[in-house]
Amino acid sequence: MANETELSSQQSGMLSALDFWICAVEAVCHTAVGREGSYMEAVSKAQDELERIETQIQQLQTVAGDNQDAQKQLQVLHDRIEALRRQMAGQLTPWERTELARHANRPYPLDYIERIFPDFSEIHGDRSFGDDAAMVCGMARFRGREVLVLGTQKGRDTKQRVHRNFGQPNPEGYRKALRAMKFAEKWRRPVISLIDVVGAYPGLGAEERGQAEAIAHNLREMARLQVPFVAVITGEGGSGGALAIAVADRVLMMENSIYSVISPEGCASIMWRDSTKKDIAAQALRITAKDNLELGICDEVIPEPAGGAHHDPDAAANSLADMLEKHLSELEKLPTDALLNARYDKFRKMAQYFEVQTAPA
Amino acid sequence: MAWFKREHGELDTSGEKRVKTEGLWVKCDQCRQIIWKKDLDQNLHVCPKCDRHFRIDARTRLSYLLDDGKYEVEDNNLVSTNPLQFTDLKAYSDRLKRSQQDTGLNDAVINARGTLDGKPVIVSAMEYSFIGGSMGAVVGEMITRAVEKATAGKLPLIVISASGGARMMEGVISLMQLAKISAALARMDTAKVPYISVMTDPTTGGTTASFAMLGDLNIAEPGALIGFAGPRVIEQTIRQKLPEGFQRSEFLLQHGMLDAVVHRRDLKSYISRSLDFMKAPADSVASA
Ligand SMILES: [Zn+2]
Repeated sequence: MANETELSSQQSGMLSALDFWICAVEAVCHTAVGREGSYMEAVSKAQDELERIETQIQQLQTVAGDNQDAQKQLQVLHDRIEALRRQMAGQLTPWERTELARHANRPYPLDYIERIFPDFSEIHGDRSFGDDAAMVCGMARFRGREVLVLGTQKGRDTKQRVHRNFGQPNPEGYRKALRAMKFAEKWRRPVISLIDVVGAYPGLGAEERGQAEAIAHNLREMARLQVPFVAVITGEGGSGGALAIAVADRVLMMENSIYSVISPEGCASIMWRDSTKKDIAAQALRITAKDNLELGICDEVIPEPAGGAHHDPDAAANSLADMLEKHLSELEKLPTDALLNARYDKFRKMAQYFEVQTAPA
Repeated sequence: MAWFKREHGELDTSGEKRVKTEGLWVKCDQCRQIIWKKDLDQNLHVCPKCDRHFRIDARTRLSYLLDDGKYEVEDNNLVSTNPLQFTDLKAYSDRLKRSQQDTGLNDAVINARGTLDGKPVIVSAMEYSFIGGSMGAVVGEMITRAVEKATAGKLPLIVISASGGARMMEGVISLMQLAKISAALARMDTAKVPYISVMTDPTTGGTTASFAMLGDLNIAEPGALIGFAGPRVIEQTIRQKLPEGFQRSEFLLQHGMLDAVVHRRDLKSYISRSLDFMKAPADSVASA
């Protein structure tokens, strides 16, 4: 009977080895902080290590069986890993957060769509010029209701990226999005937009076909769209290209997403005349989800799994879906007039950073 | 009008000398000719030789457009709170102070009330020399107030853009001004109150991508740079030279993005005529 509460020497050995391993990862993360450039790399390696440690813990948990003491110690180790992951996320500077928002494995809108809206039926084209693959729109069912979902899409591999134009919509993309919103309005369906976009495409054809007009038109029409509308920045919220599908009743941001008037690199090269000053620019621009929440631009931050959404896309999608449900169900209770007035007031009162002084002579 | 080059050719060189000392002469950046400054002033700051439309400040603009050059200034008591405490190579607070001293304005726009051919109007005229006419919280608020006042008073609104877009030093706050103004314009549109957007050199970025492109009529002065992305950004993206005249008023007109390109001397009459058209039939009956 004593065997059940005492650990075998082999188990104790494994536990102290794991303990040492976690200590090593903690030390690596700690020393990497502040070392320019290497932090993200260190974090990424540490995350891989943590995953391996966790596999070991899981195996030990099976082996330990009913041994309460062993299970308890394993739980402590597990908690330390979670804490380390949170710590790593919390330590991120705005620039590192930007790198996370752009992480190659980060779930893109279509990854969320396939998890949250399994019966998504895409609708194509702006009925005028073409079908922009950087903007995806479609009908979907979400927890017992019909919804219109739209999102930007970057593309995972080279072929997809070219097909999706690296997720940078042309005017026809924005016009398709508006057409889809109007379609939703006609049939009284709520609109959900998922945003991960560097920016509207700065191309010759885009200018010829009126990129500015397309965005402007969307801004005005979204403001008076007669159905509930929730926008979520899932990765990059790149300036006008993001806002063009984000004048919504609720603007939510994933924990590691960014929303900015310009990319940190762009700002650095214009204001500092040196694009390598991107980390300083990222800090100065206040682009993180937390910053946007504090500035009153974002309504709520959606928590991501420890270490970022790419560590557990399913959990990230669940987190997002629950938040969509919460906000949609609130909005659905409002009569249309109240909904539209609230949306107007939201943007009317937003970002009023001025004071009244005496007029200049 | 007589100008020196043809009739007083001998003055040409002395004129160039005076540029340095007196500032009586200016060189046109388009035709490269030397122009007597007084001639330029009398010609609405349009080059008498090549029709180049020079940039003019917001006050001059208003004096050209409104009857007797008279107008009442409104909302000029708003000042930025520098929400991000932004500092790049210079502090934003210093840039603001400097621009305020140079222009005598609190920010990059003037809201004015006056009459145009006897018709009461509200005009927002942007000031390019104030941090590139960029739009932060103050510009956004002032234009929104102009839109709301025009809507409430059923007065036509004219916004004259001269702006590089959103003001980077106010970050995402400046971006949100696009949404705010556009939302107010949605209500104005629903209320059928006339809105004329006049784009002047230059109108780019978030300004073009919001209120500048949302007029009942979107018109531009000749030769103005108008676009969303800056030409250099586009060149870097597509890795090729941009065609001649790209993103100029005439290019936009050709691509269907403008209702008209209007010479500065004709601007007032064009707007006046447009306002006649945009009177709802019920109003004409009532006023008849
Ligand atoms: Zn000239």
